[in-house]
Amino acid sequence: MKSLKFLYILVICCVSGLAAQQTPASEQSKDFAVIGATAHIGNGEVIENSIIVVRSGRIETIGKADEIVIAMGNIDVINAEGKHIYPGIIVSNSTLGLVEVDAVKASSDQAEIGTYNSHIRSLIAYNAESKVVESMRPNGVLLGQVVPRGGRVSGTSSVVQFDAWNWEDAAVKVDEGLHINWPNTFTRGRWWLGEDPGLKPNKNYSKQIQELSNYLSESKTYNSGDKSVTNLPYAAMAGLFDGSKRLYVHANDEKSITDVVTFAKANGIDKLTIVGGYEAHKVAELLESNNVSVMLRRVHTRPNSQDDDYDQPFKLAKALVDAGVLVSLETSGQMERMNSRNLPFYAGTTVAYGLSKEQALELITLNPAKILGIDKDYGSLESGKSGTFFISEGDALDMRTNILTHAFIDGRAISLESHQTKLWKRYAEKYNDGK
Amino acid sequence: MIKNVLWLLMFACSIPIFGQDYFPNNSGVATKNSNYTLFTNATIYASPDKVIKNGSLLIKEGKVVSVGKNIKAPKNATIVDLSGKFIYPSFIDIYTAFGVKKPERVRGSGPQYDAGRSGFYWNDHIRPEQEAMYLFKYDSKAASSMQKLGFGTVNTSIQDGIVRGTGALIALNDEGDNSVRVLDPASAQFLSFSKSVQSRQSYPTSLMGSMALLRQMYNDANWYAGGNSETTDLALEALNRNKALPQIFEAGSRSNLMRADKVGDQFGIQYIIVGGGDEYERITDVKNTNAAVILPLDFQKAFDVEDPFLASTLSVSDMRAWNQGPYNPAILEKNDITFALTTHGLKSVKDFKSNLMTAVSKGLSKETALKALTTVPAQLLGKSDVLGTLKAGAFANFLISSGDIFDKETTLYENWVQGEAHIINTMNAHDIRGDYSFSINGKQIEMSLNGTIEKPKATLKSGGQKLGSKMSYNDDWMTLTYTESTDSPKAFTRISAKTSDGKTLNGKATLPNGDVVAFSATKAEGKSDEKKKGGQKDSESSNMFAVTYPNVGFGFKDQPKSETILFKNATVWTNEADGVLENTDVLIKGGKIAQIGKDLKAGGARVIDATGKHITAGIIDEHSHIAATSINEAGHNSSAEVTIEDVIDDEDIDIYRNLAGGVTSIQILHGSANPIGGRSAIIKLKWGASADNLVYDESPKFIKFALGENVKQSRSQNGIRFPQSRMGVEQVYVDYFSRAKEYDDKKKSGQAYRMDTEMEVLAEILNGERFISCHSYVQSEINMLMKVAEQFNFRINTFTHILEGYKVADKMKEHGVGGSTFSDWWAYKYEVNDAIPYNAAIMHNVGVTVAVNSDDAEMSRRLNQEAAKSVKYGGVSEEDALKFVTLNPAKLLHIDDRVGSLKVGKDADVVLWSDHPLSIYAKAEKTIIEGVTYFDIEKDRELRAALQKEKSELINLMLEDKNKGLKTQPIQKKEKELMHCDSLD
Repeated sequence: MKSLKFLYILVICCVSGLAAQQTPASEQSKDFAVIGATAHIGNGEVIENSIIVVRSGRIETIGKADEIVIAMGNIDVINAEGKHIYPGIIVSNSTLGLVEVDAVKASSDQAEIGTYNSHIRSLIAYNAESKVVESMRPNGVLLGQVVPRGGRVSGTSSVVQFDAWNWEDAAVKVDEGLHINWPNTFTRGRWWLGEDPGLKPNKNYSKQIQELSNYLSESKTYNSGDKSVTNLPYAAMAGLFDGSKRLYVHANDEKSITDVVTFAKANGIDKLTIVGGYEAHKVAELLESNNVSVMLRRVHTRPNSQDDDYDQPFKLAKALVDAGVLVSLETSGQMERMNSRNLPFYAGTTVAYGLSKEQALELITLNPAKILGIDKDYGSLESGKSGTFFISEGDALDMRTNILTHAFIDGRAISLESHQTKLWKRYAEKYNDGK
Repeated sequence: MIKNVLWLLMFACSIPIFGQDYFPNNSGVATKNSNYTLFTNATIYASPDKVIKNGSLLIKEGKVVSVGKNIKAPKNATIVDLSGKFIYPSFIDIYTAFGVKKPERVRGSGPQYDAGRSGFYWNDHIRPEQEAMYLFKYDSKAASSMQKLGFGTVNTSIQDGIVRGTGALIALNDEGDNSVRVLDPASAQFLSFSKSVQSRQSYPTSLMGSMALLRQMYNDANWYAGGNSETTDLALEALNRNKALPQIFEAGSRSNLMRADKVGDQFGIQYIIVGGGDEYERITDVKNTNAAVILPLDFQKAFDVEDPFLASTLSVSDMRAWNQGPYNPAILEKNDITFALTTHGLKSVKDFKSNLMTAVSKGLSKETALKALTTVPAQLLGKSDVLGTLKAGAFANFLISSGDIFDKETTLYENWVQGEAHIINTMNAHDIRGDYSFSINGKQIEMSLNGTIEKPKATLKSGGQKLGSKMSYNDDWMTLTYTESTDSPKAFTRISAKTSDGKTLNGKATLPNGDVVAFSATKAEGKSDEKKKGGQKDSESSNMFAVTYPNVGFGFKDQPKSETILFKNATVWTNEADGVLENTDVLIKGGKIAQIGKDLKAGGARVIDATGKHITAGIIDEHSHIAATSINEAGHNSSAEVTIEDVIDDEDIDIYRNLAGGVTSIQILHGSANPIGGRSAIIKLKWGASADNLVYDESPKFIKFALGENVKQSRSQNGIRFPQSRMGVEQVYVDYFSRAKEYDDKKKSGQAYRMDTEMEVLAEILNGERFISCHSYVQSEINMLMKVAEQFNFRINTFTHILEGYKVADKMKEHGVGGSTFSDWWAYKYEVNDAIPYNAAIMHNVGVTVAVNSDDAEMSRRLNQEAAKSVKYGGVSEEDALKFVTLNPAKLLHIDDRVGSLKVGKDADVVLWSDHPLSIYAKAEKTIIEGVTYFDIEKDRELRAALQKEKSELINLMLEDKNKGLKTQPIQKKEKELMHCDSLD
């Protein structure tokens, strides 16, 4: 009986896979239990031979299968023996859904003109039907922070889940944070104008920080007044001062990061995250003692400088985690959107360079959930949290075994098909027929 | 009226000593000065290796009459006694743009593909018809600064363009006019790899394009010289005319020096090459070119490393250049490389002297330095009979100095050019340097004069307290102003005194109150100790940091050697019929795989316990762009004439990083800017070997083709280059292959033909001697190219990227082409909308030879993981997946007889992995090529530590360098405060 139900769910998956656009799954109508898998909780713990019961979109129970007794009456059972369960992976600092094809300008909505764009909101441009977003799910990447780019203040980010009809439907946390691109400490000469292309201190660095400071204090003043004349950018800053929004500052070098921490303190901002953080390990103590988290730049990148260790980007996570800094992994950079499905493998790489597998998993599940302020519902497999997880044939951090059989968002059994799997099946069949 | 007189006077002054005999004279009676001048009692460097003590030099009419001992003065001779002084031949700078204004950049927008001139070569950057002589205007200001450095002759040129035309040899004779100064109006022909600013013609856009263009130009010139052209080409005519001249090539770096020489060698031309000062990095290679080098002396200044954040951005190679650069001339000397020194490349020519002194302090012998400034440039220009030495008949171009010209304290008095004296410092100045003691207004003052003879500096003390002072010394007159102390408001005493013997100073002193008193001071017996100024000793005390191969971070101090190694008890991925062997030993010996089996005997081999570890063949990347200084030649829609082999960068740190990812061989492909790209370089990542030694022996020949958005310039706002659509792309191929066929037919028929590299390369494809790796995306274009190839009876070898290969996999199999694809890239442009990660699996299942490539310096160091994605996407077996990055790319590159699998007899290109090679958790621990361990994870840790240590040492030296300056700085500041010098300076 158990196995019959299992098959039934598989059949549903396959059938929905044939639809033109993957239809978002409907709300969970029936309780289900996943039994026998190794559950990677997301907080560092592992439960072998686990049982997870999901009711009304939430995890009702999680524990050892041989210790928990559940009523098997009106419940679907998924036998996941030998398989692994993981919380839905969360992409930090992403532009998924904002751009479809990198080189086609018409498909890009990731950046606005202007310098201080605090009023710009990424969520409303998020394309819930993006084929790129759809391709995240088969790898277990189920949620993401959608971040606008450009400007000194880029705008406001939101967290979405990746199986939705529209952006309202997708929204998990709306306008959760504000993004600042920190001024460069060093600039290079414009060689095409005959300037020395070498690195020089940015002469305008302190001026640019001062401007930013002024912007913050002006908006603070505005928000404490009667606002009789509307100022949209200032108004959008309010959340920073009342603590409802997190401040994300995109910065990489040691000096910048140190300055960011001072800057945030001076402006009374205590929810601070560094995005990038290539040299964050050099000031890890400062970050840890000030409760500053880091969304660490893409693991699969080249070292910044010629003399850096070849594995510098691979081992940064370990250095920060060891120092007690709250770290998540981000994916920005060249081809960032389509590459975000490789996030589990970025985490896997940090294992090769020092972390344990469960620590690495935290970097893409519970840690980003904590930073994004959604850890009450997402990020780990814990009773009371959302039923957002996936089942993999094997170790999901290794590409050979990251093979999903099921994925759920808020208890909804979502499709693992995509534009790409459809083409795969179509052409695989074409050649099979020919044989 | 007065004006006219003045004008006449000026004209009279400028009458040259060699009158132009056949010129009418309207300015007075004809005059000719045929007097002799005899310089006696000097130490004369007649040539760098011929020194005459107490010698004499006799000159007349701008030429040397004789030089030697005891020369009798003719009756009409002026005799100049130079007791204690030195005479040298004046210097020659063989590479300048003296008096030639740099051409201005033409402006315009949008690309320009065609030539802007008619009647000349098809490429505007080939300008052999230019003649510097006609742009030349004597620049007395620039001449004066050169004369001060000791230069008497300069070779000038138009420093613009790939072929730059002829230069002129100019004597720095302020008195003469061009009829006298111009020693040779066409002294040499000049070349470089840089395009002219006088044209916006796109081609060449790359270094390899410049090289190809030069080669084609020489071929065309030969063909033109044979009278084969029906049209006129003034550029080629000029080129052929200039053939006999010395050919001076501005390379600007060691690597470009090698490149220039390579081009020259192919056409029997030995360029004289302007180097970059980094020749020491691979001195043997430079030596083997047999090229004479023109060496700039623009040594790097110490970096400002006080800001640790900025300092941390410096690479060790930048820092080493500061330390190592000044040793370059000495190293060239040691290696018997002929070189001349030039002021070229210096921001301020004034730095030449101090840099020259630095070079001498770093081991450059004075004799070679002198040669590099006199006989070598003279000989390179074929002017040894008249320049560079002092002998009968040579120009009277010589220097008079107070002593050894390479000594810092030496004063250059006079620079004679063509018998005309240019006074740099007066020779008659008495040396007043020394300690004096005098009393003024009841105060005893100690004065010490230091510095050079012509510009001594005063230090005054009274009662142990230092006084603020300022002095000047001219024509035996010393003027000195000093103030006693700060508290008496601005009380200045002024002294003016004259010497007639350099020992006593007599004159008067004007006191602060206006009273004038007599002044007299006598030098104390025994010369005061010359206090050495700071910054002099440092250079000698610090040693040269070791040059590594390559000379960047993680380079090897000693090239690693091939070893006999026995790996014990590994999991061995053979890629052969044996499959994966557990608990197996692998012996490598003589650079080859010698044995694979159980319990192999070690013999003399180094034994490595590989228990729990995996051994695979080295990873091969079919599509890489690392280790090259240029990738695209985008100036034409076909660039078959260029080759990446010309532009390999053996110093690219990505070579090392790729080794750390288990990569041993790569194909460096041309980019995808045009339908017919350039030829590939297939190399092994032998970190430390020089560019040419990276390339495979008897390398299979490859060329890059490209289809789709890139070649039709889809993202360019103003694409005007054909083709702009996929329809046009097909026609480009049909057109070129048709022409290549006609070319080849003509060639094979024995008829005369114009050698055309582009056609040669395309004909190789038609003849099955060269393989195409074609960048491709959508199925229509993939299909099209296969049909074009079939039309011309050849096969495409590889489709690279080939993201829609899965849609036409059956057709690919039938055609016999392989597919080298990305594992999972897509969505970055419109044409990859249908790219799927299952592509490799589908093509593989249909029977196409599949490789997974990187096209990316980061991804290439994780290609094993990219291959592993085929296990996930499409269920390829692990063994087959590994072949996607080892044996299959070897097959596609036609090197599978040498690499790609672990088979006895194949090259020992192997990787020792810490874990299953397809696992995300695996690290390459050793990467071995032909038995040489180029990457070793343990050794890497040592290199990291060594790198950090070296950088700290260099930073300390730089700080020391700067602080030495600081030590002297505060003293100057203090003086200024005392002096309130705002009023005096």
